[in-house]
Amino acid sequence: MPKSRKFKNALLKFFMYLSTGITFSILLLIIGYILFKGLPGLNIKMLTTQTSYIDKNIGILPNILNTLYIIFVSMLFAVPLGIGAAVYLTEYAKCKPLVKAISFAIETLMGIPSIIYGLVGMLFFTSIMGLKQGILAGGLTLTVMIIPTIVTTTKESLAAVPNSLREGSLALGSGKWHMIKTVVLPNAKNGIITGCVLAVGRITGESAALLFTAGFGLKLVGFIKALQSSSATLTVALYIYASEQGEFNIAFTIALILVAITFIINTVCYALGNKIGKKNK
Amino acid sequence: MQNLKSNPSFITIGENAKMINTAQKEGLKKENVLSLAKSSKTIEAKNLCLWYKNFNALKNININIGEKQVVALIGPSGCGKSTFLRTLNRMNDTVEGCKITGEVLFEGKNIYSSSVSAPEIRAKIGMVFQKANPFPMSIYDNIAYGPRIQGIHSKQVLNELVETSLKSAALWDETKDRLKKSALGLSGGQQQRLCIARALAIKPQVLLMDEATSALDPISTGKIEELILQLKKDYTIVTVTHNMQQAARISDKTAFFLLGELIEYNDTDIIFSNPENAKTKDYITGRFG
Ligand SMILES: Nc1ncnc2c1ncn2[C@@H]1O[C@H](COP(=O)(O)OP(=O)(O)OP(=O)(O)O)[C@@H](O)[C@H]1O
Ligand SMILES: [Mg+2]
Repeated sequence: MPKSRKFKNALLKFFMYLSTGITFSILLLIIGYILFKGLPGLNIKMLTTQTSYIDKNIGILPNILNTLYIIFVSMLFAVPLGIGAAVYLTEYAKCKPLVKAISFAIETLMGIPSIIYGLVGMLFFTSIMGLKQGILAGGLTLTVMIIPTIVTTTKESLAAVPNSLREGSLALGSGKWHMIKTVVLPNAKNGIITGCVLAVGRITGESAALLFTAGFGLKLVGFIKALQSSSATLTVALYIYASEQGEFNIAFTIALILVAITFIINTVCYALGNKIGKKNK
Repeated sequence: MQNLKSNPSFITIGENAKMINTAQKEGLKKENVLSLAKSSKTIEAKNLCLWYKNFNALKNININIGEKQVVALIGPSGCGKSTFLRTLNRMNDTVEGCKITGEVLFEGKNIYSSSVSAPEIRAKIGMVFQKANPFPMSIYDNIAYGPRIQGIHSKQVLNELVETSLKSAALWDETKDRLKKSALGLSGGQQQRLCIARALAIKPQVLLMDEATSALDPISTGKIEELILQLKKDYTIVTVTHNMQQAARISDKTAFFLLGELIEYNDTDIIFSNPENAKTKDYITGRFG
């Protein structure tokens, strides 16, 4: 008996090491390959100019900016709406069956393929509301797409705030909103920030939902004009260069930049989250 | 429904009459006098019933809690002590499916009437919970939390409030050098005293304590008991306890609850030496509960 158990344990351990090893090496392989293929093409000129066929130049500055614009526009709408909805659902809503139904719907929305958001976004924001393809239509589409992520993570972190803190605050004569502002939200901050990081990550990596809504434009036009004119983000540009123009080296360089941006965003947000966490401790 | 007259808790009349007398001497009209008598800082529950959904947790409670008295609520687990305590500052408003009938009079007004807001009541009737629940912020900010709600932002006033509250809660010496440090770094007993200090900082007239010492060591418990006797000079205190000796040590009056009913309410001496009701006797002699 003990012998077979020992064997089982060893086997289990082996598989655990193996799966960890495989996961880790896949990750390393991808990053290594991107670095290997993308790094040679990376130069300052590419990062600071726009593509021009007359000059035979390929530059991705507009796409970098477009990605930032889209993040800005989407988060501008999605953060207040998402957090507001989550606060309402956890702290205010009285009708529990309705809350459950809404939560279920929101969780379902998280699983919908993003191309569908693109399709609906195109129909609603461009056809019905009459927006032109551009950062605004794309940003609003992504707003809709990431709200479920923000609502769900915010809801979870609000629910994790102990009720005793809420009662403690109320018992000191605080009104409901004051309690939420001073006790509930600060304690849920880390979770909310994590949700926002996830959302920014999704925006940065999104392409399908933007094809029909933000468009393919590669021109540098400035924020205001980009709102209403076709503007490709980095991921869309990657798609264009790889599939339509066969510029795989450019595509890999863009991939490298995307990985770097994701890495930076994550680091910054986690550092921020930790700082707030420490302040509370 | 119970027969109200058989309830021993109707002892307001005498006190009110005394006030009416003195007031009459000062030549006031009778109606005014009556309202004056009522506006004394007592808490009075009248025909108070409470349901959690379909469960009747409080059954027709009538009780009068005099000013600057310490009242202990005793009774077996689940009999409704916490529930009753929480009706006194409307904390049950936050419980879903909780329904209350009857009245709780404070300063002569029903705290459940529509003209009274719950935050306003809770600012006057402070509460300390069974489990210490300091906010994850500095000791100073914990104490200043309540006063800030009331619009006190002057640094000087807040500093003074923090100091006096901590002193009243016998916590000043241990914390004066670390006011800006997080309250979560305090020990359990210190945290509970911090919660008491926090409740005192809003200058309530009444302090409700729900088994405030049940999680503490004998020394911290002793400190808090001492504190209660100290606070009694300025505050009305209603405290829930499972510790009979504690009830006997600190309270002026004791109320015995059983299955949602107030069985007996009388001077603590009488409850513990010569209770009227056989059930009370059984409980305090430890025959059940
Ligand atoms: N939020 C609630 N929802 C439903 N029932 C509740 C709720 N809170 C309390 N009860 C029920 O009401 C009754 C009284 O509870 P309460 O907490 O007042 O008892 P207690 O006397 O304080 O007991 P203990 O000494 O254990 O603290 C119990 O039967 C309890 O199950
Ligand atoms: Mg209790």
